[in-house]
Amino acid sequence: MIPGSFDYHRPQSVSEATAMLADLGEDALIVAGGHSLIPMMKLRMALPEHLIDIQDIADIKSISISGRDVAIGAMVTQADLINSAELQAICPILRETSLQIADPQIRNLGTIGGNVANGDPGNDLPALMQTLDASYILVSNSGTREVKARDFYEAAYFTERSETEILTAIHFTAPPAGHGFSYMKQKRKIGDYATAAAAVIIALKDGTVESASIGLTNVSDTPLYAEQASRLLIGSRLDDATIKSAVEAAKTITDPAEDGRGPKEFRVHLTGVMVERAIRQAIKTAT
Amino acid sequence: MSKMHVKMTVNGKEIEALAEPRTLLIHFLRENQKLTGPHIGCDTGHCGACTIDLDGKSIKSCMTFVGQVAGKSVTTIEGIANPDGTLHALQEAFREHHGLQCGFCTPGMITRAHSLLQENPDPTDEEIRYGISGNLCRCTGYQNIVKAIRAAAQMLNVQEAAE
Repeated sequence: MIPGSFDYHRPQSVSEATAMLADLGEDALIVAGGHSLIPMMKLRMALPEHLIDIQDIADIKSISISGRDVAIGAMVTQADLINSAELQAICPILRETSLQIADPQIRNLGTIGGNVANGDPGNDLPALMQTLDASYILVSNSGTREVKARDFYEAAYFTERSETEILTAIHFTAPPAGHGFSYMKQKRKIGDYATAAAAVIIALKDGTVESASIGLTNVSDTPLYAEQASRLLIGSRLDDATIKSAVEAAKTITDPAEDGRGPKEFRVHLTGVMVERAIRQAIKTAT
Repeated sequence: MSKMHVKMTVNGKEIEALAEPRTLLIHFLRENQKLTGPHIGCDTGHCGACTIDLDGKSIKSCMTFVGQVAGKSVTTIEGIANPDGTLHALQEAFREHHGLQCGFCTPGMITRAHSLLQENPDPTDEEIRYGISGNLCRCTGYQNIVKAIRAAAQMLNVQEAAE
């Protein structure tokens, strides 16, 4: 499969890249790791006339942590997320989730920026970013703005990002020390997108939930933050009845596609199974 | 949409060539550089037959444009054997343990295993299976591939201890 022709650019700075975007408009697309875009280009579902490769931009490649505030550059790969001991110490769910994305070769090039900006509902990091209440930094020629992950996704492949903006970084505050976490993903085989997946983060004090957050992957045309389900857990002692009600609340907001991963009813059911397992695993990991 | 000038290191040799930007690295390696070791299997990033090493990391060359690797160092299966032409421990072990039948996945499998053993010189069977999860083999059922990689790891570790 041979993609359509394009001109290739490698800007050295964010401002150089945004100037190109402003100039070239919708004829240009940004490529980071390329593992979502290049397959689309090979199918000619994406036909950019200009490809702007942002791999040389030095200041969007690092993870910086200050206290519990985390900033991750868009060009940080999934392999980098897995290998960061600093990140593992403060927010281990990023490693746990990244290890469930695709396979080792893909994770060596696939980036966090591409994964969250692309808008593919099958991607795993968007729901996690919603669970963490992360913000995305969007930069264009006319300035910088910050959009919450929970407000970013409009429909499959449609996001709040405009054609002239680059998602340069992701910011979030890591959950409190000792928090429980889990990303449970059911997939048909390694490398597949989720049939259903759930991210759960909880903070406990003396057995009572102080904060809770649940996100869902690939069970709607956008990632989902399960607000009602999260709220049901807060203040509880995570008894079976509470967990059951949160599971049911999470299931009601899903609207999965029917595809090779199964009929709708199955994927809704599986969402519940993933949420329950993730809650129980999060309880185990909380200290 | 003119051709672009690319420079990179391939199997230790500096090369320069003209290529259309839309050229996928696998096509560049096979057709321009005449390195037909890396194979085109699925052409969709699933099978891993096109796996090469880019600056010490395994990647799938059917999912990468040639321009993206300009200035970097690429190693293919052709660059894995020892400098004196004898087989690398992994190649030896695949032969010894029957780690292939048709051989189509083997270049990608060995190139990936080569990088895996640099990341983790003494992997467990589970770590080997996880490490090669991006490489599909339709013949052997993986048992002998895992055996071969484990044997190569042991051989390399003994060699290193002796040095």
